[in-house]
Formats: sequence, C-alpha cells, structure tokens
Amino acid sequence: MEVQKTALYEYHKSLGAKFVPFAGFQMPVQYTSGIVEEHKITRSKAGLFDVSHMGQLFIEDNPDLEKLLEKIIPIDLKNIKLNQSKYSFLTNESGGIYDDLIVTKVKKGFNIILNAACKENDYKMIKDALGGKFKLILNKDLSLIALQGPKAAEILESVIKGVSSLKFMNGDDFSYNENKIYITRSGYTGEDGFEISLSNKIVESLAKILVSGGAQPIGLGARDTLRLEAGLCLYGHDINETTTPIEANLKWAISKRRREEGGFLGYNKIKSNINGELSRLRVGIKPLGKIIAREGTKIFSQDKNEIGLITSGTFGPSVNGSIAMGYVKCDFTKPGTKILLEVRGKKHEASIAELPFYKKNYVR
Amino acid sequence: MNEVKFSKEHEWIKLDGDTATIGITKHAAEMLGDIVFVELPENGSSVEKNGNAGVVESTKAASDIYTPVSGQITECNQSIVDDPSKINSDPENQAWFFKLNIKDKSEMNSLMNKEEYDKFTKENDS
Repeated sequence: MEVQKTALYEYHKSLGAKFVPFAGFQMPVQYTSGIVEEHKITRSKAGLFDVSHMGQLFIEDNPDLEKLLEKIIPIDLKNIKLNQSKYSFLTNESGGIYDDLIVTKVKKGFNIILNAACKENDYKMIKDALGGKFKLILNKDLSLIALQGPKAAEILESVIKGVSSLKFMNGDDFSYNENKIYITRSGYTGEDGFEISLSNKIVESLAKILVSGGAQPIGLGARDTLRLEAGLCLYGHDINETTTPIEANLKWAISKRRREEGGFLGYNKIKSNINGELSRLRVGIKPLGKIIAREGTKIFSQDKNEIGLITSGTFGPSVNGSIAMGYVKCDFTKPGTKILLEVRGKKHEASIAELPFYKKNYVR
Repeated sequence: MNEVKFSKEHEWIKLDGDTATIGITKHAAEMLGDIVFVELPENGSSVEKNGNAGVVESTKAASDIYTPVSGQITECNQSIVDDPSKINSDPENQAWFFKLNIKDKSEMNSLMNKEEYDKFTKENDS
C-alpha cells in the first residue's frame, strides 16, 4: 500500500519533523525540540497536533438511524444532545472492542471519529450493519487538528470568536476565512483543548496562524506520553478485539440504559462481566525503579505467579517517572498493591496506581 | 595514540594508556531521542567485545549498549544515571558511560576513525 500523507506533510517537514509510518501515513513523531519538551509545552502552554490520519465519518440522519446505530455502538442516542460528543466503541460478537470512537450529533446526522488503522474496516462494518439506504461519507477532503493545553482556548479564541464558550465534549459550527469548520472541545492529552475539522485546503493556513499565536507543533511521540499520563487507552495496545469495555475499565462509557437493556453486539459477554464474571481489569501501574515496562512486559504477584501483562509503558515527563498500564487478575487491582514486572529477565518492583497519573483540567 | 575511535553500534572509545573511556555518539543520542533512564555495567565486571554493557531507555524504546572492546570495568559515570538528559546534551564528552581496563589493544584496530564513522552514518541514513 502506498504511504499516505496528510495535507500538513510539507508544513511538518519545513518545521524539521522526524516522520514515522503510522497506520499507512507518514506522520511526525517529533519535531526538533524532542518528545519531553513537546510534552511539557502541551501541559504548560499549547500544543498543535495533526491527527488528520484519523477517520472522519459522517452519517446522514434517517428515521431508522438511531435504532440501527445503537445495535453496533453501545451509546445512548436517545440522550445525546445536538452538538454533544460521546466516547464509545464498536463492539464485536464476543464483547471485544472493534474500535473506540467519538460520536458527535450534528444538525444533519452524526460525525464519528475513528482510529486511523481501523477506519476502512469500521466503514464497511457500519455500512453493512445499517443496510443500503443510508448516506455514509468517510471524508478524505477533511483534515483534523487538535489544539491542546492551558493556552489553547485563548489562542483559538483570538482567531475564531466564540470557541472558548464551548463546554467539554461539545462542539459547534464556526467559520474560518469564510469556510465552515466544525470544532469540538475535546482531545486526548488530559488537557483542555479543541479538535478542529476543516478542509484540507485551509488547514495549513489555520495551523500557521495558531503556531504564530503561540501553539507549538507536537508529534505522535508526545501525544503518546500525554495520553498515557492521562490514563487514556490506545487502540491496538490497551484495548483491542479481545478486551471488553468492562475489562478495559471503560464501563463509564456505556450509559445505564444500554447496560441494562443491551441490544448491541457482544452484550451477553459484557453483561456477564458487569455481573461479576470478570477475570482481569485494566489498571495503572507505577514501576518503582529506573526502568520502563513496555508493552508485553509480564506482571507477577509478589509470590511470583504471573498475573497479567503490560499494554503501554513509557516515561511520563509531567509525573517525572516511569508509568504503565496493563491488565491484571481481579485480585490485584487495588491501588497500592505491590507487584513485580519482568524487564530484561529481572523482576522489578512496582505497584498498582490510580488513573490518571496526571490530573485533568477539563472545562465543564 | 589518543585518537577517538567509533564502532558500528555507535559507541565512541578513547584510549589513555590501558584505560578506555566509552560512550555513545552524538548521532546515536539524536537517533534515540530523549533519554530518560540508563543502566550501566557493574564496577569490576568483565565485558567482552561487542557484548552487552548497559541499556538506555528513551521515551521511544530501550536500546542495548555494547562495548567495542573487551576488558574489566573500572568506573561508571553515576552522573548520567542521576541525569540521563546529559547524554542528549553532551554525549561525546561529559556523558561518557564507563571506563574499562582494556584486555587486548589490537581490538582497537577494527574500529573506525572519525572520518570513517561520519561516512558510515551518512550511508546508513540515506
């Protein structure tokens, strides 16, 4: 498959980005200042992220749409307001997570943001589930950029009036240079911020204005350390087709009505998980020593029985230490529980930690 | 005979009498990105040419450090354990990794000089 580039590729290049292939795209992993500095700038000022590799799906409204969509997404579409966003998933028959996504109700239907690596399969799956009479567009002419950090609102407000009055997980139509753009107050860094969906033709112009207004371009490297400090899952690592939302500790993302009524793929498994038939749970893990427990690291109890596996691990620049997430057997999920991590053949001490590692500053 | 030599694994080595000082090159530090932890060999331990002699952890990945020559470790640089960011800021000077008592000076012969190393990294970049 040919490597794809986002509309901002040349701009990233001009800023000295180092690129990595990610989900079929050449994406900036970092710029010249490096991951740690980029991470800290996002936490202290504002970072600008190109996330145009992600899928932007639009489904046009139709009287049967909510009912059919609820069969594949365990979301409460009866209780979603206009311009409200909700985090949810596509599930499979065994209750696993086919993808995680953000659904936003817009005037003419729903916008759904999908993971880059999953978007083509998601599109097929959703199209099949809905049948032929729905209009679905997986937009290729739209870019998606995220402006994140304590200065994000101030910087964006000076370019686009009114955005700072948006509440967390809410969006609206705005205009930029007479083009219609859609902005939500959301992100994946644990910071206040915005995600801006706009035409490929004008994205570079807006990106440059935001950078001149004080935002710094941030690569995927810092995006990963930021989201892990915020305790957020990365699809394909912390969650996948074999992990249920309940095992992944994401029960909060399934509304009460959907938990009780079901009616979506894999509900039997998820219901039995909710009723206590649960063998493992995603937890935060804090290694004590100077080691990083990366994905695949085995987790042991203090009496050396294997009890789980690390799914993400890195160095958290804002917590100034090693952090990780993983799945452990349910007897070991209490924060403070001492465990052992096997790194390079040696067992290292660690403990179960509360998530997030870094406390959020969302505007509600 | 104080010429700095370089290995294909991106270590530099400087020989002073029988004592060799070893670190990683600026090129290696740039490739690794921000280094956050470092593990050094034990003082007094013996290491073999091209054998494992430590680990650096960057935000991106863990990478093994190899010794370009055999010998016995005589000193480790605790200051880079305390502040690994020194490896990014001054890799070929202050942020040396360890010193060893060289076993066989002829092992130096197969290593590259500065010019050869620069050429080697350029070829591998493109």
